[in-house]
Amino acid sequence: METLENKLVIALGERDGVSGPAISACAEAAGAKVVFSATECFV
Amino acid sequence: MSNPVISGAAQVLAHAPGLARHGSKPRRELPRDGEVESSFLGSLRTFDQAVAYPPHQAYIGAIHPRAMPERPWFATTDPEASRFAPSGELMPEDELLGLLAAVDHFDLLVLAEDVAEQAAAALAGHPLAKHLDLDRIERAVGDVEKVSAEPGALGLHLGAHRLGAAMRRGDEADEALSAYVLLDNLATKATATLSLLHLLVNLDVDPASIDYVIGCGEEAVGDRYQRGGGNMAKAVAEVAGLSEASGMDVKNFCAAPIPALVVGAALVASGTFQRVAVVAGGSLAKLGMKFQGHLRHEMPVLEDVLGGSAALIEADDGASPRIRLDVVGRHRVSAGGSSPQIMEALAVEPLQRAGIPMTEVDDYATELHDPEITEPQGSGNVPERNYRTIAALAARSGAITKEELSDFAATRGMPGFAPTQGHLASALCYLPHALDRLRGGEAERVMMIAKGSLFLGRMSQMSDGMSVLLEKNPEGA
Repeated sequence: METLENKLVIALGERDGVSGPAISACAEAAGAKVVFSATECFV
Repeated sequence: MSNPVISGAAQVLAHAPGLARHGSKPRRELPRDGEVESSFLGSLRTFDQAVAYPPHQAYIGAIHPRAMPERPWFATTDPEASRFAPSGELMPEDELLGLLAAVDHFDLLVLAEDVAEQAAAALAGHPLAKHLDLDRIERAVGDVEKVSAEPGALGLHLGAHRLGAAMRRGDEADEALSAYVLLDNLATKATATLSLLHLLVNLDVDPASIDYVIGCGEEAVGDRYQRGGGNMAKAVAEVAGLSEASGMDVKNFCAAPIPALVVGAALVASGTFQRVAVVAGGSLAKLGMKFQGHLRHEMPVLEDVLGGSAALIEADDGASPRIRLDVVGRHRVSAGGSSPQIMEALAVEPLQRAGIPMTEVDDYATELHDPEITEPQGSGNVPERNYRTIAALAARSGAITKEELSDFAATRGMPGFAPTQGHLASALCYLPHALDRLRGGEAERVMMIAKGSLFLGRMSQMSDGMSVLLEKNPEGA
């Protein structure tokens, strides 16, 4: 879980997969700083 | 309180290859590169190709989606395929331009004389001719080259190259009334009206007997002060001759049709209204949305049709399928946003609450986007993803074994067949098939599931969704 310590993360989520906020929550829990987070719909 | 039923549904497509360049994506991409534009215009389908396309035949109700042939579908030729089907039709582009003029109450659309003559003649022989104000087509004749050159106006083509019409803006400074926005809205109004007229004629229902119309399209009607002011529904009611109806729109991105059906059914169940129509027109903005993938794979531009849909809800007639207001799923704020969490809220929870095993639902209608449109651009097979999730949830609930996953998805799901106008693809497109199967005894229950991407509007990071169960009328034969 230390692999994202001090890393900057751009979280691009997909509606049918994992949303941006969910990726952000995981990344932050792993020590990263989320600099951008979005969810997109590809249909 | 009476049991609401859905007594009929109609679905239409309008072939719009000339308008496809005005879809949001082509509108941005084509002006940047002449070669791409030329390739786009050279890859538009003929009307016969659009009629023969199996997903279109499924959409207008001629064949069940599970009866579509193996892919690829785009190369299908079928001289026997008809533009008319029991649930609706696929209208050619010249008639569509005439229809746009016939429903344009602000004289914003101008037609070339020969285009107007051709459209008026064709529509005069249309089964719905007496319900259309064909005089407006003649009155729309003007100098399209001159009007196209007016500030803010938009030249419209028939097919690749023939300038046949022009759309004026509604105001010189209001972006919400630009020619592009108004064309988008007019296209929605025209296709929603066409669907509603087919529905009323098919059912032989007096238009004056409809109390209320609920719109659930993707358009935003309004002006600079109220960009999404709305009530496309009443505009459609007016032009379709529903003299005693009022209306409103339900907005919820692609998910809107299911809340619209539920609200309509609730209005009937409560006795507030006797007959409620739900309508949705096509989305011009979505035309050509995935065209780059199609061109890359040497396919025609497949998003060249505007869809439309209409359904009638009324009190129990002892025959039509019931809409079960006690089996409605909703995606709560606290439900979580992952795909399985959303589907749990929509496909599992309402059935569990009603004590109905997932295996007692014959068809799950979910997002039924045509995969031949979405896959070439990397968007995957949307219905397949949905059915995999639903089947996995059924297995987790113990309703089926892991070995039965594929069979569950294949027999209770179906291939996608709807254009990528998300509200039409979100279960609504299956309604004519669902009603046929529930009336004919081939199905006892159909679950209608829709999802919407609220985050696209940048007001919430959330999605939304709603589901409702349709059931064979127990009093039916």
